[in-house]
Amino acid sequence: MNTPEERPTLAVWKFASCDGCQLALLDCEDELLTLADRVQIAHFTEATRATVAGPYDVSLVEGSITTPADRDRIMRIRQNSRLLVTIGACASAGGIQALRNFADVSEFRSIVYARPDYIETLDRSLPIGEVVPVDAELRGCPIDRGQLLDLLTAMLAGRRPHLPDRPVCGECKLRGTSCLLVTGRAPCLGPVTRAGCGAICPAANRGCFGCYGPIGDPNTAALIPALRAAGLDEDGVRRIFRTFNAAAPAFADAARGEEGEQR
Amino acid sequence: MVVLTGLTELVARLRAEGYRVVGPTVRDDAIVLDEIQSADELPYGYGVDAAPGRYRLRRRGDAAAFGHSAGPQSWKQFLHPPRRQLWTADRDGGSFTVTEPANPDERLALLGVRPCDLAAIAVQRRVFGEDSDYARRIDQAFVIAVNCTEPAEVCFCVSAGGGPRADTGYDLALTELANSRYLVEIGSETGSALLSQVVYAPAEPGDIATANDQIRTAENRMSRALPDTDLPGLLRRAAESPHWDDVASRCLTCGNCTMVCPTCFCTSVVDTTDVTGDHAERWQGWASCFDLDYSELHGGQVRTSGASRYRQWLTHKFGTWHAQFGQSGCVGCGRCVAWCPVGIDVTAELTALAATSDIDQPVPS
Amino acid sequence: MTTTPYTMTPLRYRVVARRPDTADVVTLDLDPLGSPVQSWAPGQFTMVYAFGVGEVPLSVSGGEGHRIVHTVRSVGAVTAAICVAPVGTVLGVRGPFGHGWSLPDRGDLVLVGGGIGLAPLRPLVRTVMARRHRFGEVDLLVGARTPDDLLFTDEYDRWRESGISVHVIVDRAGRHWSGQVGVVTSLLDRLRLDPEITTSFLCGPEIMMRVIARNLTDRGLTAGQVQVSLERNMRCGYGVCGHCQYGPLMVCRDGPVTDYATAEPLMAVREL
Repeated sequence: MNTPEERPTLAVWKFASCDGCQLALLDCEDELLTLADRVQIAHFTEATRATVAGPYDVSLVEGSITTPADRDRIMRIRQNSRLLVTIGACASAGGIQALRNFADVSEFRSIVYARPDYIETLDRSLPIGEVVPVDAELRGCPIDRGQLLDLLTAMLAGRRPHLPDRPVCGECKLRGTSCLLVTGRAPCLGPVTRAGCGAICPAANRGCFGCYGPIGDPNTAALIPALRAAGLDEDGVRRIFRTFNAAAPAFADAARGEEGEQR
Repeated sequence: MVVLTGLTELVARLRAEGYRVVGPTVRDDAIVLDEIQSADELPYGYGVDAAPGRYRLRRRGDAAAFGHSAGPQSWKQFLHPPRRQLWTADRDGGSFTVTEPANPDERLALLGVRPCDLAAIAVQRRVFGEDSDYARRIDQAFVIAVNCTEPAEVCFCVSAGGGPRADTGYDLALTELANSRYLVEIGSETGSALLSQVVYAPAEPGDIATANDQIRTAENRMSRALPDTDLPGLLRRAAESPHWDDVASRCLTCGNCTMVCPTCFCTSVVDTTDVTGDHAERWQGWASCFDLDYSELHGGQVRTSGASRYRQWLTHKFGTWHAQFGQSGCVGCGRCVAWCPVGIDVTAELTALAATSDIDQPVPS
Repeated sequence: MTTTPYTMTPLRYRVVARRPDTADVVTLDLDPLGSPVQSWAPGQFTMVYAFGVGEVPLSVSGGEGHRIVHTVRSVGAVTAAICVAPVGTVLGVRGPFGHGWSLPDRGDLVLVGGGIGLAPLRPLVRTVMARRHRFGEVDLLVGARTPDDLLFTDEYDRWRESGISVHVIVDRAGRHWSGQVGVVTSLLDRLRLDPEITTSFLCGPEIMMRVIARNLTDRGLTAGQVQVSLERNMRCGYGVCGHCQYGPLMVCRDGPVTDYATAEPLMAVREL
């Protein structure tokens, strides 16, 4: 066991998000005690109020940037972090709250709040990578516990984390799930969505809803006819691309293309 | 030749001999390959309607166990597992100790291997070599082939150099006749020894002719074909064909074709450590030439465009496989056609390439 | 005792000496801890494993007996871990893999190494030195980005003494550089070649090898007289994982060294 001074420091930060990805770290029950021997958890409000001042060896960042204050805060965190890793769809693509990127925020504000002038907000929900450089990102809503552990153990060993840029289809095949699109069971975004979840939804007979966001070069245009054949109408296609990664450029473009066709 | 009535006793006998019996069974609207506890789990009465990008089960008018065509999986699921541990390593003072997992002495019985898949097993065996785990696994396995009497609309084994009749590589070969009767051919001493332990009857007059008729009918029903040309030469000439961009506009680069292909063998390894950092493992898993990081070098990937990755898959399967392993990589099972979510059909793409390539040929003066 | 190289399980080697060559290149001497791998030939490579970090292909840059010498440039997590490995570190080694250089019995030789590409040529230089009397002209052309990036500089005198003409050029000169500045091709232009009896050995960036090989074939060498060392994503080392395919070649098995007659049509195709 390392002495506290030798242990690398780990900080976990929250921005606009539901805390679900931070919980993935708490969910590593079996490994957490050993992990605490090897890293010093310097800031993690889901687990402890105690905070150690930076700089930090690794910062895990959950959530998107939605206010001017948060924009300043993430810049300070970046300056204080050797490695900055985003966790979850909010941090990597803006999250479900990025749906507002496609509408007028001042209008929402005036409808929702009694005193809209008290609300200071950006007109878009920004992924962390749009504000500061990011060293690695764990995708998903929520992130996968196994990928988080691999990232942390990789960091400790000096290894590159295993975050393959391949679609969910590869994971369906590895676990022996028959293709939902081909058998006509459900519309599925698996062919354009980054793997890492272990293809859990298709294995439960549910189409992939793209929570890991797009692969490096998704051909969404080619997928849309297959989604239609699997039962989605134009609006359904638009909606399937507008969930947790609505603002990821490839998915945003696919949804926008469908709007164009509707007109 | 002899006839078995039903397969209950055969499966039970194999299990009693210690084999893990793997065969077709219905799961999630498809006929998959899985371990079966008894012959009751076979997909009696199910047929398949397959088309490019489409696979549907249908009820047949009879109770045939093998009246279906190739499903989403092939036998590589068991012979070349999707994921396996290669070794573990533990720190040991200033060094480390590597431990290979013990070879499982599990013996597989593969029930219902179609001739296209027998050919695919031979292709993979050649890739991995006689000294490989693969060869060991298949040598230990008990193989029950089933002559194909039910090709799908996506099948083209005949033009890939095969056919619906199993000729080698099995312990027993069955042809399914009406009323759950199976004509049995013996392919090995192991097959003969096992058969001697179950109740069978001599073939009745006409059984062999009926079986032959069914196989011949299957052969004639094959509706798809590869272009009748020198495919390695065609693909060499077509390396810069504009047709690759055309396919790429339709291709999802999802890699489903490579994963369902019974001969695709590519793998990646992943090196891991546990939280202590003192225990490391190496795992091997299926990879696809459609994955962006497949062709990675420091400084970036070699094949970034979808066009170059589709070209790699098709050219390897039908062209460069010959140079690497002395034969084609395709057995014509049709899985890549049916299980492509957007219905890209290798026979059609090769035909299109052949057509453009002919136009490109210089006209002799 | 030697074992078959066709396995994914590494044998253990201990780092017994470590020499930094440049800011990002280190040469390591490795001795087996138990069973050694089979003997290697110049131009072959091994797969080297850093515990818990991963495995990379490295060409052999020297070694006598069971010793293996690797010269490594730090370009990623695994090579970084290998480069900082202190003496005493135990690494895993698999191999040796692939085809090495094919040295003729006589004639003139032209060796061209760009950057880290000099590493797999070093054992070939040693072999040539041992049989120097058999060959006519032997020229070694060395290129690097800057003088600080030159490898094995303390050996050039010995190579020259044995009758090898060593020509050095850098892309960008530093303040203390009095040597030549430019691309390796310009060294080649000044070389007198007898195309009938010359064999050439190239290792460096693919674009460098293409330009040099074209230059040589323009000057009358056949593509078969030019050998190149190819690079693709070598993983398993023995042709069963698929990653290093380059057209019909499995570079790990059919390469890394191949003649330019084989490589030329492949290099001409984009993203092959």
